Amino acid sequence: MTYIAILITFVFISNFVLTQFLGICPFIGVSKNVDSAVGMGFAVTFVMALASIATWAIQHLVLIPLKIEFLQTITFILVIAALVQLVEMVIQKISPPLYKALGIYLPLITTNCAVMGIALIAVRSDFSALESFVAGIAAGFGFLLAIILMSTIREKLDAEWIPKHLRGVPIAFITGGLMALAFMAFDKALINNLFPGL
Amino acid sequence: MIKDITRGFFKENPVFVVLLGLCPALGVSTKVVNSIGMGAGVIFVLLGSNIMVSMLKNFIPEKVRIPAYIVIIASFVTIVQMVMQAFMPDLYKSLGVFVPLIVVNCIILGRAEAFANKNNLFRSILDALGMGIGFTFALFLISLVREILGAGTITLFPMGSWDGIIVIPILSNAPVRVMALAAGALLVLGYLKALWNVFEARKKEPVS
Repeated sequence: MTYIAILITFVFISNFVLTQFLGICPFIGVSKNVDSAVGMGFAVTFVMALASIATWAIQHLVLIPLKIEFLQTITFILVIAALVQLVEMVIQKISPPLYKALGIYLPLITTNCAVMGIALIAVRSDFSALESFVAGIAAGFGFLLAIILMSTIREKLDAEWIPKHLRGVPIAFITGGLMALAFMAFDKALINNLFPGL
Repeated sequence: MIKDITRGFFKENPVFVVLLGLCPALGVSTKVVNSIGMGAGVIFVLLGSNIMVSMLKNFIPEKVRIPAYIVIIASFVTIVQMVMQAFMPDLYKSLGVFVPLIVVNCIILGRAEAFANKNNLFRSILDALGMGIGFTFALFLISLVREILGAGTITLFPMGSWDGIIVIPILSNAPVRVMALAAGALLVLGYLKALWNVFEARKKEPVS
């Protein structure tokens, strides 16, 4: 049951983009049309799931036994960069169509704070290996949800009249702000009501 | 020379114009003191990485330059992390996960790739200072608006007997709480960016 709680927490209650400010850059930068938003969302989800489990393993099997936790930042970013590179090569070999769809987004993911964020948050919350993995997937889905909603709204906005200086990025931020207002409706009470006794 | 340092301020302000480093800009800007702390951290890392990259630019092989930059940046971030933890534990706690996240701040990697590996040491230092100060300035603006509206206070560093908090009479009794939350951050940045656009347009074609 705790896995369901983690899932709901990271998708809705502490949605990475709309409540924790992680992954804002691609959220604004790649949300101009729905297709690229979906591609970016899935690529990020995929890398986040892998990164959270990989960094869990590094933290608990290497850094803690050797008592070198202070190297966390360096090792995590290197692991994520290597992982992104690996994923890129594997997808290119196994599935060229998927590579065509996700390819251009993959290199951008290394510097996406959401990926580094989930690795750090999972370690700081003392998650187990499986919990980290679930948290990674859930946070990725949260990002996917937010970026798809955003890109759909922005496609609609293209057809609307907007004051000159608000066009483009400013209106995107304001839209994001209103979406964040809506997401404030999800809070801890949601889990308590859905699953009493958790 | 002068251009190197002022470019980060207005023409290529990292937050308002290039739209990089948005996560920390929004995440830590609930209090003025946090944004100054974050800005100081970013200036230090940016300065360090620009100096190192500019000095090592002839030794780093072209193909592995990005990983090399990442290692350089991560080392400086670790230094910031340890120093902050030791001397400013309160600030470190309130910045939380955003201190290690300086490493994925695109401004730093962006300046290493776009400027420091093409220019000499002196110009790279000026560029780092300009960009860093521009970033801090943007953070300061956002946090000023958010803290005044969201809490009715302005928190600065405590000095002597003064605790460093300026209280604004009416707002502190009935603050607009949403400004301190995620929604407020996005709204404030949106309107500030719009305001920035207005000034940019004014500068280009003076109103007759």
